[in-house]
Amino acid sequence: MTHVLEARNLVRDYHIPGNLFRQARSVHALKGVSFTVDEGKTLAIVGESGCGKSTLGRIITLIDPATAGELLIDGRKVDIAREGLTAEMRRKVQIIFQNPYGSLNPRQKIGDILAEPLIINTKTPAGERRERAMAMLKKVGLEEKHYNRYPHMFSGGQRQRIAIARALMLNPKLLVLDEPVSALDLSVQAQVLNLLADLQDEFKLTYVFISHDLSVVRYIADDVMVMYYGEAVEYGSRDAVFSDPRHDYTKTLFAATPRADVASIKARLARKNAA
Amino acid sequence: MALLEIENLVVEFQTASGPFRAVDGVSLKVHESEVLAIVGESGSGKSVSMLAAMGLLPWTARVTADKLAFKGRDLLKMPASDRRKIIGKDIAMIFQEPIASLNPCFTVGFQIEEVLRIHMGLDRAARRKRAIELFESVGIPDPAERLGHFPHQMSGGQCQRVMIAIALACNPKLLIADEPTTALDVTIQKQILDLLMKLQQEYRMGLIMITHNMGVVAETADRVIVQYKGRKIEEADVLSLFESPKSNYTRALLSALPENATGDRLPTISELFNEQQMLDGAAR
Repeated sequence: MTHVLEARNLVRDYHIPGNLFRQARSVHALKGVSFTVDEGKTLAIVGESGCGKSTLGRIITLIDPATAGELLIDGRKVDIAREGLTAEMRRKVQIIFQNPYGSLNPRQKIGDILAEPLIINTKTPAGERRERAMAMLKKVGLEEKHYNRYPHMFSGGQRQRIAIARALMLNPKLLVLDEPVSALDLSVQAQVLNLLADLQDEFKLTYVFISHDLSVVRYIADDVMVMYYGEAVEYGSRDAVFSDPRHDYTKTLFAATPRADVASIKARLARKNAA
Repeated sequence: MALLEIENLVVEFQTASGPFRAVDGVSLKVHESEVLAIVGESGSGKSVSMLAAMGLLPWTARVTADKLAFKGRDLLKMPASDRRKIIGKDIAMIFQEPIASLNPCFTVGFQIEEVLRIHMGLDRAARRKRAIELFESVGIPDPAERLGHFPHQMSGGQCQRVMIAIALACNPKLLIADEPTTALDVTIQKQILDLLMKLQQEYRMGLIMITHNMGVVAETADRVIVQYKGRKIEEADVLSLFESPKSNYTRALLSALPENATGDRLPTISELFNEQQMLDGAAR
């Protein structure tokens, strides 16, 4: 069986040109990352800002080419630096960004936002575009009356639903989610996570879930990859990574995550009273 | 005597569609060397009520309260010039976006010395000495050199440390931290929280921690106030809040935490209770 997504030793360097005062240098954002994701599964990529997780997300989404290494989507090798990007490939991978306030065009109506991927990538007639946009609105928990509204008329959670709907318009196989819930409130976060789980079941979607919130990762992921300075320091199934973290950085990360259970509150209060 | 005492605080904003009530009858007390957490989602009025106490709201806001007193002196009734002597000196505040709350046009050294000049009246040499001391106490390496840096030359975590140093410059009795770690990574969040807790115990400050993160509440607070739609829903000490939440809303909030998930879907708040049920039993 082929994997939906396979990365072999991906490398990405950014070159910073020099000038009179500074020598040219290159930043190694990714230093050889390999992983596979199967259909209907979720791979979570965890790490702090600057560790290369968003760079990796951009490579998987075919926005940026990798400097070296191989990227296979649906078993087919993709190299956008050499061959460019076909509409067919673009249909397979879609991305949802962190900030739903920034990722929707404020001058476009919701209906136009949803229809745009169809206009660019397919030859769907206008009537059908409208129908499919309406159907997708309902699928993500919005209503038909929202079709003619503008993004500023929606709350953060609703906007993230619109972003999800837009990503699904082309029936992608693979969805890259770049911190999709970190800008949302707790109760809205729960709704969006549930929606993502429902959609994954219905469309057999494969998720690459980029996050720094370990409690969300533990809830949603099948496999977890921990990144640190462009390297994958830990990669395994969720249970293996959470029950037996091997790398020091993973341990630091777990220790730094605030705990909200009664036992750790009791321990903290006891420590405080003793001091 | 309580450090900060608020009774029946109401904040209304004048909008095109009539007045909007952001805070609706909130009362609270903070004592010396106590950590009070205010939890709520966006729009619950948690930041607005603290900005009202600081006097930082725009002119469109109408603030009324039966009592808004710092150490027994009513802040709403005193002249503005007296109030300014307390704000920034005895009550200090740190904000969510460390990089946005520093002035990009001035060095961090200038910005911390400005506070020392205005509130403490120190001379140039004493200001610099105190600034270096403060930077050291918040754990900024190489403080003397860092004073000459601009905010954009520092990382988010370092900028938040500078903000904390500025807030602590005049030895405040009360520190209000408005989502101090939301914009930061988990590992940096841990460092900043540890630092705040250490300084709070060292200076025996009252600390109000505004947050939406239940984990941060569990790690820092002595007492917790839960707000929803501008109202106080529940007030309890931290252990009993997590062990036996009294109100519907708090229960719903805790069950929506991914780490408390049972089964493969999270219970969402709107499924569990409607809005009225959530407001029921609001502690007035």
